[in-house]
Amino acid sequence: MLGLGMERLRTDINRLLALLFHQGVLDEQYLQLQQLQDESSPNFVSEVVNIYFQESEKLLRNLRSLLMDREFSDYKKMGVHLNQFIGSSSSIGAKRVRNVCVAFRVASEQNNRLGCLRALELLEHEYCYLKNKLHELFQIEQQRLLAAAVRYPVQH
Amino acid sequence: MARNGVFSRRWRAEKMEEFDNLCPSFYSDEVHVLAVDDSLVDRKVIERLLKITSCRVTTVDSGRRALQFLGLDEEETYNVGLDGLKVDLIITDYCMPGMTGYELLKKIKDSSFREIPVVIMSSENVLTRIDRCLEEGAEDFLLKPVKLSDVKRLKDYMFSEDRFRTEAKAMNKRKLPETSCDNSPTLSPSPSPSPSPSPSIDLSSTLSSRSSSSQSSPKTLSSSLSTDSSTHSTGSSMPSSPTSLASPTRRLKMSNQDL
Repeated sequence: MLGLGMERLRTDINRLLALLFHQGVLDEQYLQLQQLQDESSPNFVSEVVNIYFQESEKLLRNLRSLLMDREFSDYKKMGVHLNQFIGSSSSIGAKRVRNVCVAFRVASEQNNRLGCLRALELLEHEYCYLKNKLHELFQIEQQRLLAAAVRYPVQH
Repeated sequence: MARNGVFSRRWRAEKMEEFDNLCPSFYSDEVHVLAVDDSLVDRKVIERLLKITSCRVTTVDSGRRALQFLGLDEEETYNVGLDGLKVDLIITDYCMPGMTGYELLKKIKDSSFREIPVVIMSSENVLTRIDRCLEEGAEDFLLKPVKLSDVKRLKDYMFSEDRFRTEAKAMNKRKLPETSCDNSPTLSPSPSPSPSPSPSIDLSSTLSSRSSSSQSSPKTLSSSLSTDSSTHSTGSSMPSSPTSLASPTRRLKMSNQDL
């Protein structure tokens, strides 16, 4: 019974990852992160991704407040935030988020407020999707770890 | 006899690690890298990449902090105690607020630390930027996101040839600390918690044999340490990025010309 559960969990993880790769949400850099995870650093991926989430949410808030200022939108500052967002997204393999940021940056360089607003909406949407999917992935992985611990209890 | 040798090596490795934390300058055979990046995400990643390739890593978030760490900053100098933390390589992001990686590179090449190789990382594949950095004396230019294969390649071609030279240098260095170490309280004959139980007699005989053979033991110790860490790093297998050309900068230039 437990054995079947393990197999199903592993399939679920692989299926979700395959889907995210197929959709272009994640790219090979995410696999690089997984490679860096081992017994000496067993939570590396989730640690880095959680830092990414914290930083991204700060950046999104800043971008929104910059755009909401109708009198003067500081496009230069937006560009700085976007550069940071592009960099961190590419470092964890968040391909679609990164691509939207790049398009957003183009709009900000053209001082195109409407383009920026549209890009921001799309960015927030993509980011939410990524966050939900990665949380889902981490949850299944946690379940798998628990199932493995139950199946192979440490003998004393 | 052989079993004693294995046990004493492991015990010594543990003791040396304690030492390493107390007086890091004594262990100069490990490559010490100073990584500079304003992004916390990137700092975590580069730190892990370097640790997995058996480097000691110090991360800072700005060029200014990097200069302070080296003791080059005019305003604040933390010189005392940091002289022993020799830096073997500096790897820095290009785009940083305040001082860019390029400006940091120039400052280092104009200083007494100009011998330290500097590697630039950037997410932008801009040929003029790469050229400028290389002209200013950068050792290499890595395109972000940095991969494990990039770091491994870097470490291999930068530090593998010199390893024999640095080991010889390190051996001479270690003669002095060896004698002071023996008097240190941490090297008491009481057994440290180790996986294999052993009578205390073995430890004291190990100690006396250690002090007499002080010249040969550090070499085997360092090689055992490096083999331990190298098996760790080769544990990961991943289709490496195409290395049709030796240097990535050449590869980048080629790809730019294709456009």
